[in-house]
Amino acid sequence: MAEAALRTAPPDRARLLQWLQTYGVYAGVALLLVVNTVITPHFLSAENFRTQAVQVAPVVIVALGMALVIGTEGVDLSVGAVMALAASVTALYLGYGLLPALLAVALFAAGVGFANGALVAFVGVQPIVATLALMVGGRGLALVLLPQLEDLRNPQLASLGSGDVLGVPYLILIAAVLALLVAFVVRRTTFGRQLLAIGDSRPAAELAGLPVRRVLIVVYVVCALLAAVAGVLATARLQASDPTSLGNLMELSAITAVVVGGTPLTGGRVNIAGTVAGAVLIQLLTATLIKHDLPPSWTQIAQAVVIVCAVYAARGRGKR
Amino acid sequence: MAPPAEVLAVRGLSKTFPGVRALDDVELTVHAGEVHALIGENGAGKSTLIKLLTGVYRPDAGRITFQGREVSFGTPLEAQKAGISTIYQEVNLIPLLSVARNLFLGREPRTRLGLLDFARMHREADEILSTYGVRVDVRQSLRTLGVGAQQMVALARAVATDARVVVMDEPTSSLEPREVETLFSVIRRLRDQGIAVIYVSHRLDELYAVCSKVTVLRDGRRVHHGDLADLDRIDLVSTMLGRELGEVREEGQTKFSGDHQIADEQPVLSARELSARHRLHGVSLDVRPGEVVGLGGLLGSGRTETAKAISGSLQLSSGTVTVAGVPLRGGSTPAAIRAGVSLLPEDRKSEGIVPGLSVRENIALAVLPRLSRFGLVSESRVDAIVDTFMERLRIKASSPHQKVGELSGGNQQKVLLARWLAMNPKVLLLDEPTRGIDVGAKAEVQKLVDELAADGLGVLLISSDLEELIEGSDRVVVLKDGAVVGELTGDEVTEDRLMRTIAGETPPRDTDEEAVTHG
Amino acid sequence: MTTTKTDAPVVAASNEPTDATEPAGSARSERLSALVQQHGALAVLVLVALVASFSFDSFATVDNFTNMATGSAFLAVVALGMTFVIVTGGIDLSVGSLFALGGVLAAWGSRHGTAVALLLPLAVCGLIGVVNGLLVARSRLAPFIVTLAAMLGARGLMLALTDEGANTYLVAKDSLFAELGQGSTLGLGNPVWITLALFAAGALVLRRTRFGQHVYAVGGNEDAAALMGAPVARTKILVYTLSGLLAGLAGALNAAWLASGVTILGNGMELDAISAVVIGGTLLTGGLGYVSGSLVGVLLLKVIQNVINQIGSLGSSYQLVVSGAFLALVVIAQTWLGRRRRLM
Repeated sequence: MAEAALRTAPPDRARLLQWLQTYGVYAGVALLLVVNTVITPHFLSAENFRTQAVQVAPVVIVALGMALVIGTEGVDLSVGAVMALAASVTALYLGYGLLPALLAVALFAAGVGFANGALVAFVGVQPIVATLALMVGGRGLALVLLPQLEDLRNPQLASLGSGDVLGVPYLILIAAVLALLVAFVVRRTTFGRQLLAIGDSRPAAELAGLPVRRVLIVVYVVCALLAAVAGVLATARLQASDPTSLGNLMELSAITAVVVGGTPLTGGRVNIAGTVAGAVLIQLLTATLIKHDLPPSWTQIAQAVVIVCAVYAARGRGKR
Repeated sequence: MAPPAEVLAVRGLSKTFPGVRALDDVELTVHAGEVHALIGENGAGKSTLIKLLTGVYRPDAGRITFQGREVSFGTPLEAQKAGISTIYQEVNLIPLLSVARNLFLGREPRTRLGLLDFARMHREADEILSTYGVRVDVRQSLRTLGVGAQQMVALARAVATDARVVVMDEPTSSLEPREVETLFSVIRRLRDQGIAVIYVSHRLDELYAVCSKVTVLRDGRRVHHGDLADLDRIDLVSTMLGRELGEVREEGQTKFSGDHQIADEQPVLSARELSARHRLHGVSLDVRPGEVVGLGGLLGSGRTETAKAISGSLQLSSGTVTVAGVPLRGGSTPAAIRAGVSLLPEDRKSEGIVPGLSVRENIALAVLPRLSRFGLVSESRVDAIVDTFMERLRIKASSPHQKVGELSGGNQQKVLLARWLAMNPKVLLLDEPTRGIDVGAKAEVQKLVDELAADGLGVLLISSDLEELIEGSDRVVVLKDGAVVGELTGDEVTEDRLMRTIAGETPPRDTDEEAVTHG
Repeated sequence: MTTTKTDAPVVAASNEPTDATEPAGSARSERLSALVQQHGALAVLVLVALVASFSFDSFATVDNFTNMATGSAFLAVVALGMTFVIVTGGIDLSVGSLFALGGVLAAWGSRHGTAVALLLPLAVCGLIGVVNGLLVARSRLAPFIVTLAAMLGARGLMLALTDEGANTYLVAKDSLFAELGQGSTLGLGNPVWITLALFAAGALVLRRTRFGQHVYAVGGNEDAAALMGAPVARTKILVYTLSGLLAGLAGALNAAWLASGVTILGNGMELDAISAVVIGGTLLTGGLGYVSGSLVGVLLLKVIQNVINQIGSLGSSYQLVVSGAFLALVVIAQTWLGRRRRLM
């Protein structure tokens, strides 16, 4: 089939599908923006955009880590639990100051990520199951550490959640910086290339002498750390630690953002810009439904439909 | 005797895939009780033809007539039910299921209540398999059987479905010689029962051993058909390649030049008493710079395991590997690679290439850390290396950014070679470097191996192709059951001696001492 | 011995039967590993139960056992469907939501009679199962993402039916449907009998019917199964449908037992079901599994949960931690055993 690939002249339908897979998510965002401009009152306001962006920031941050994991042909279902754990640990250690609390959060998150990575890389458990175990165990641990919602009064934490630079909230800045950083890592570093090679063909990567286990563990640790960042930011914005409900279904939102953004579940490719756009798309969709007084149950159903459509459109791209 | 009936006839068959015409107006006639060779280079259209016959694909144009009726199969199952069974290259059964269940899947005997009748199933499975020389407990799972026995189960299954035509797609690619002979006796028995066999293989010996008719495909067209006996090997090859007769004769069967200048007496690679549970039992061998050492033996004799042990990807229970005087510690692939060992794995598609990444990324994959500072990749240095090797190895790709998965087998193999040569290795371990790649690319790869040895690399060559092993190697170390059973040097490297050593005959006493030291 | 070069090795060897099984030592360890994989959970169950009987007076009582049996029944029914799915190499994350949806639909339907109370959840959950199956089998989407979406969608549907969870439908007392969940026969609750009957049927289907063979074949090697004539797509659609039906039925029975369609149930149930199946010796990679093992797995989970409750001082959050850790341990053990047997 080498010749086939060399003189490819794909029919229009294939080309359309290709285009949809690559740019569909941006078109979707644009479409929702236009539709909302027309049908939603007060949509085109700086305040509204600010609110939307602040709401989407944690999802974007979690989705960045998820994109890396999915790039290795894995998946991390424990991100929501890590967010809850981050909230618990923040509340627990905030008495010692913000920085020690953040360090403790980082340690716990790295521990969960390491456990995920070790199960996947050393034991050889399927990622879904390994991270499912940590998803339940992690949420349990969060609740054991902090059984119920607790209000947090710490001015530094509060300013992290609601402060801004020149009108741009910290949350958005942090999400943007992290997105750029992750994109850079994927494109320009040996780690990024090795990650993609492992996702595409793990046996080949192993025989080519790549440090497969190290890369996998680092990926899961990074994913957990990013989820922890999102957890801390969400907690800072709430000014309360809520391990019961924080991060619920976050794994689903993050996977949706990644898949809608054009990263195939089969690994070997990571699209960071698409992932950010995917998160924005889901956020706009939710906001649209909410602004038109549709109940949350509808949002869930709509999100389910979007996931299936996105996976369906991306079908077969991972394979040749 | 009446002339045998025409059982399968294909007329004007065409199939086009996006961008390529895979089959163009192809004819094929197969009679009952005939073993029909279907040959052609990679990409000639053999697989496409088989897939059209067995209902995997549907033809764009043309007719298939089977037992006098025009047929159109939607699935392999329909074809199988009608009487066309297929044996694939790799054993295509279900390893976790029992032998009997594999044999009867889809047509299990049932009791009056509609439940499976295991007693009858096991009894019948036993009876059927014993006629194929397979004596196993049919209740145990298939994966506990050797590859040859599994292949026989697949064959028994195909024939037991009342097949009139059995298609065999490279059935011997993973068989040992004795299993090949068992297969041939079964094929002859099928022939005598009036069953037609379509036999696809790259191995000329086999074709001449069992086939009576031949159809040659080239670039999707039928370029020859008739009695195989009317065509000698050179004619056959030239028909397949579409090249002039003289050209083929002149170039010989392989591209190897034969002897190399072995400059240094100090081995660059020295393996001592390599042992791994159940697989290797004290394998020792040396490779000197500029030397090509062949590793002979049957499937499962430990050749691949030896290569993997040296490259650090198989855990050793004992033994040492020394590269250029430096001992390698532990079973670590990265450490072996750093020391200068490079392995071209047997299973190129799943262990070699990273199919979704570009040619460029694939070539740079292993050498990447050396082209990086603080983890940041230097794109210009990558480009320089990629350009150099694409030119030197004549890698044919539309651009360095084309996905490797889209290249032909030969070019994929060259990309892998480039990946390793970029590392400046001292030792190359080549596990079946020319398997499944077309004749032209095969010659190029063989020539390249020669050149690399001439440049002073130590090469360990594993090949099931005896000609390649004999012509390519300066020395052949023969393995059996995970241990060295002999070594052939110089004039001893002949097909005859190799076969005897593999078979376990003690070489005549007049030879070099070395040949028997490990026996 | 002939001396022609091609015949020499062949003649020598072809008299032996073509039999290349493993050496005796590894066959013994293989049998041992297989035994541990298949019956390890049962041994652990007996052990834990024995220890618990000696440690807690209130453990080995008829009341506690019948309670545990009834409490296990609903999860067991869900795990039965999950077993079929996992043996095909798939996974169904939607069962928890379907369980909750089934309960709500049954409670709502019970106002129109027992038939509606049973058939409505079966129809809706079965249909969602069919959609899962179609997307997995025909569109070839990854099972986890499809069923994850179904989990979200089914929960959304359930919330939409109950005014965002605010409305809890009650099952009429003394109705036949309530009796199905709350009544008992020969000292055991009806749900227990129903569960046992379903498991007997499930075992028969998986071991002794062609469909069961296809389930194993699809999980063992999908491509080969297709070439051998197994209806791969149909088999997959059927197992997801079965899983949906059983999850819906379990929800309905649970609603009958609780006398209401509780909306907050079923969260994390997919995890318990998967754990039970894996504990029971079914390979997560498919192709090998036992219905009876899944029942043992459910019982083991429930006994452990019961023990945690007996200890008393540990809150329900600890149960989550234990569940997660337990799943991880079981999966590690299974991977290790599987590698010994070279199943993976």
